[in-house]
Amino acid sequence: MDIAIPVRTVPDPVEELEPGPDGTDIDREWTEFVLNEFDEHAIEEAVLLKERRDEDDTITVVALDDGLADVEQMLYTAAAKGVDRLVRIGEVPAGLSTTQAASIFGSYLADTEFDAVFTGVQSAEDRVGQLAGMLGEDLDVPHISVITEVLVEDGRLEVEKEFAGGVTATYAVETPSVLGIQAASEPPRYVPVSQIRRAMRGADIEEVDVDDLDRGAGPGSEVVSLHEPERGEEAEMIGGSPDEASAEIVEIMGDHGMEV
Amino acid sequence: MSDVYAVTEHQAPDALDDVSYELLNAGRSAADDLGTDLVAVVMGADTEAYVDDLGVADRVVAIEDDTLEEFNPLGYASAVETVVDETDPRLLLTSVTSIGMDISPRVARSTDRPLLSYVTDIDVDGDEVVASSQLYGGKMFVDSSIGDENAILAVSRGAFEADGGREDGAPEVEELAVEPRETGIEFVERHEPEAGDVDITREDRLLAVGRGIEDEENIPMAEDAAAAMGAALASSRPLTDNGWLPKNRQVGKSGKTVQPDLYIAAGISGAPEHIEGMKDAGLIIAINTDEEAPIFDYADYGVVGDLFEVLPALEEQAD
Repeated sequence: MDIAIPVRTVPDPVEELEPGPDGTDIDREWTEFVLNEFDEHAIEEAVLLKERRDEDDTITVVALDDGLADVEQMLYTAAAKGVDRLVRIGEVPAGLSTTQAASIFGSYLADTEFDAVFTGVQSAEDRVGQLAGMLGEDLDVPHISVITEVLVEDGRLEVEKEFAGGVTATYAVETPSVLGIQAASEPPRYVPVSQIRRAMRGADIEEVDVDDLDRGAGPGSEVVSLHEPERGEEAEMIGGSPDEASAEIVEIMGDHGMEV
Repeated sequence: MSDVYAVTEHQAPDALDDVSYELLNAGRSAADDLGTDLVAVVMGADTEAYVDDLGVADRVVAIEDDTLEEFNPLGYASAVETVVDETDPRLLLTSVTSIGMDISPRVARSTDRPLLSYVTDIDVDGDEVVASSQLYGGKMFVDSSIGDENAILAVSRGAFEADGGREDGAPEVEELAVEPRETGIEFVERHEPEAGDVDITREDRLLAVGRGIEDEENIPMAEDAAAAMGAALASSRPLTDNGWLPKNRQVGKSGKTVQPDLYIAAGISGAPEHIEGMKDAGLIIAINTDEEAPIFDYADYGVVGDLFEVLPALEEQAD
């Protein structure tokens, strides 16, 4: 089975973000970018599937590189985890919308043999929607999102889809198809630096020029402004040392009729 | 004049999910501001049970087909696509849920309409619609204009009150036929959540820990603090994804919705998915090292501090 995983970078979730100079995008210059955590889960689930099956599956990671993150290292890390092919689509404009990312990935994948596409279910920058459904439509194949486990049964993908309130459901999906991965069935593995170094020596990164692909139309909407949440009903802050703060918490609980 | 359409959802066979009424509430205001009708879209094998509380809508479009008995991403997307093709909605409102996330992007692409997602507010000024999206884990709001274009807005759960969208009465129902399509996706079976050792939805006090706990080996420290406070231990998603706590302890969009008297959030930044599950708790106290963390917007009291110092101190106070 050939599994393709389109991946993107996003601002590090622990970063503080600020609006950029024109107020319609985050300030990207001073922000750290990392692999979208849901894409990391997509990679993990693909590697887990390959390990469980042990049938010479091929996993390809296709990364968009806008020059703001160390995409090379991300790709080699993926290789160290068990990914077979590494593809970089370079010179991609920063802050690309998901609609355009879908067009670029879609036009690359349209010329590629694959049985399944695993993508992260969403990214922190999916203002105009999520990738899996768009890619499914572009490639004219089924898609299903919010997936937490993938198995192969009788030539079909058997996936677990998560609904609200902890309810899940099993679906059998024909290939080729696109899956939006919410979480891998096991936490993404850690790979030591020594293994990544080894992967750097053993793996090649195939370079693809974005100009050879379809960049698609814009998202059909225009950002008017980007701003931090209004902090109207902010919490009343409790100061002091940890001891003082916790004493006050216990007092507040007492005021609310809660004895400790 | 094209109208505002709200795509309702259901998991149970006999009732719409609350999120549907939230969407109808959002849709009612938008339709009033645009001077259009609000139309509720119901889909399923038998939609009769869904129309009783749709009084807030002006009309209902019902799509009934045996293939829609269980949710199927392509089956439902096709049905919604039919609605768009036949009625050309000014706004098509969907939800950012497991169901909505399978419908909205696909339909946006197939009907060539702009989509805005994670919408928490819809502002109408004349013909122009501006929607506010909550992005970056709740850290930023992005206001986008679709001008006077017909578009799809995927609304975040919890952004609008369900009560404002629930009203007795069944408006006029128009049936719309769909051509069942070969989807390549087969529903196999549903799994209800396992009960587990603790039902966090029934606890009066919860201490919830998040990413800030850093490592599985720190969980016992949080458990001790919770026990001393008379609280059960809950968590945000990353911890259950890592297997550090069982899934039945997870609060939020994909976990449980809780309403305890006391909710202490320690090391939880307050991503929208988490807030959705706990915002209606009684007394909310947040402990976080980042004073800008969104959780402080939802808490009654906040401590800017290290949970590794505050939780042991709390435990000591409680003892």
